[in-house]
Amino acid sequence: MGLLTDLRSSIARAASTLFSEEDPKRIGIYGPPNAGKTTLANRIARDWTEHGDAIGPESHVPHETRRARRKEDVEIERDGKTVTIDIVDTPGVTTKVDYTEFLDHDMEKEDAVRRSREATEGVAEAMHWLREDVDGVVYVLDSATDPFTQVNTMLIGIIESQDLPVLILANKIDLEESSVKRIRDAFPQHETIPLSALEGDNMDEVYDKIAEYFG
Amino acid sequence: MIEMAEVKDPRDGVQIDLISAERMTGLTSMEKIRMILDGVRDGNIVILEEGLSPDEESRLIEVTMTEISPDEFTGLEIETYPRSEAADASFLDRLMGKQSAQKLTVIGPANQIETLHKDETLIQTLVSRR
Repeated sequence: MGLLTDLRSSIARAASTLFSEEDPKRIGIYGPPNAGKTTLANRIARDWTEHGDAIGPESHVPHETRRARRKEDVEIERDGKTVTIDIVDTPGVTTKVDYTEFLDHDMEKEDAVRRSREATEGVAEAMHWLREDVDGVVYVLDSATDPFTQVNTMLIGIIESQDLPVLILANKIDLEESSVKRIRDAFPQHETIPLSALEGDNMDEVYDKIAEYFG
Repeated sequence: MIEMAEVKDPRDGVQIDLISAERMTGLTSMEKIRMILDGVRDGNIVILEEGLSPDEESRLIEVTMTEISPDEFTGLEIETYPRSEAADASFLDRLMGKQSAQKLTVIGPANQIETLHKDETLIQTLVSRR
C-alpha cells in the first residue's frame, strides 16, 4: 500500500514537472507600426531584468523592428509574488509596405528597398508567431491615432479566435491628441490600460495587469 | 482553380469581382487566398459576400507580405466592419462553428483603394484607376 502511495505521488510529481505552471508564458507585444511596442518592451526589460538591456532600437521611422525579438525570464514582482514571462517584441503588422514612404525619412532608395523587404519578412514572421508561438498578447495602440483600422480589427479578431488572453494598452497618453476613450469604445470587449511607455506613466497599473492576465 | 473572365484594359475602368459565399464554399484556405491575391494583383477590387475566417485573414497577411515587391506590388487594403461576430458569439455558437460567419469584405490593391471613413456600420472607400 505504501509502495502504491509512493508510486502515485512520484507520478504526480513527474506530471507537475511536465505540465509545470512555472514555465514562463510567452507574451507577444503586438500592434500596428509606430505604436510604441519596442519602447514598451525596452521599458519592461529595463525595469525587471538584471542588466536592464534594451530589446531593440526605438525609432519614429515605421518598421524599425523587422525581426521578432524575445527576452526570456522577465521576472515581474507584484504583491510579494513573482511572475515570470518571456516577452516577444514583434514587428508592427500591416497589409501593405511601400518603400517610397521610407524615402521621406531621408533614406536612399537602396536602403528603403532593403528596409521594405525586411519589413515584409518581419510582418510574416509576426503573424506566424501569433498563430503558433505565443501564450498571450499585449496589444499596443497609439492613443493619439484612430483605432478603427482594419489591421486592428483583424488582429484582435485573430487573437480572439485563438482564445489568447489579451490586454490592450493605450500608449502615448503624454501626447495632447491622446484619447483613451476612443480605444475603449473601439474594443469594449477588452480591458484597456492607459500608459506612456516613453515617459513611464502608469506603468504600475500595466505591471499589475500583466501579472493578473499572464501570471 | 476557378476560371475568371479575362481582365479588361485598366483604362476602361476598375473591375470589381463580387464573390458569393457559395463560390467560396468548398475552396481551401490557400485557394481562397490565391483567388483574392490574383484578382488584387490584376488591379481588381474583390468583394467577398462572407469574408474570411480570422485564421484565413492571418494567412492572407502572411502570403501578401511574401508577394510585395518594389515598384510592382505594394500590398493590399482590406476592409470589413470593425467588430468581428466572433466576439459576440456565444460559446454554443462558436462550438457550432458559427464564428466563421463573417461580414462583407472589400479587398483591393493598396495603391488604388483608400479608406475615407469607417465605423461599426459604414465603410466609405475611394477607388482610383491605376
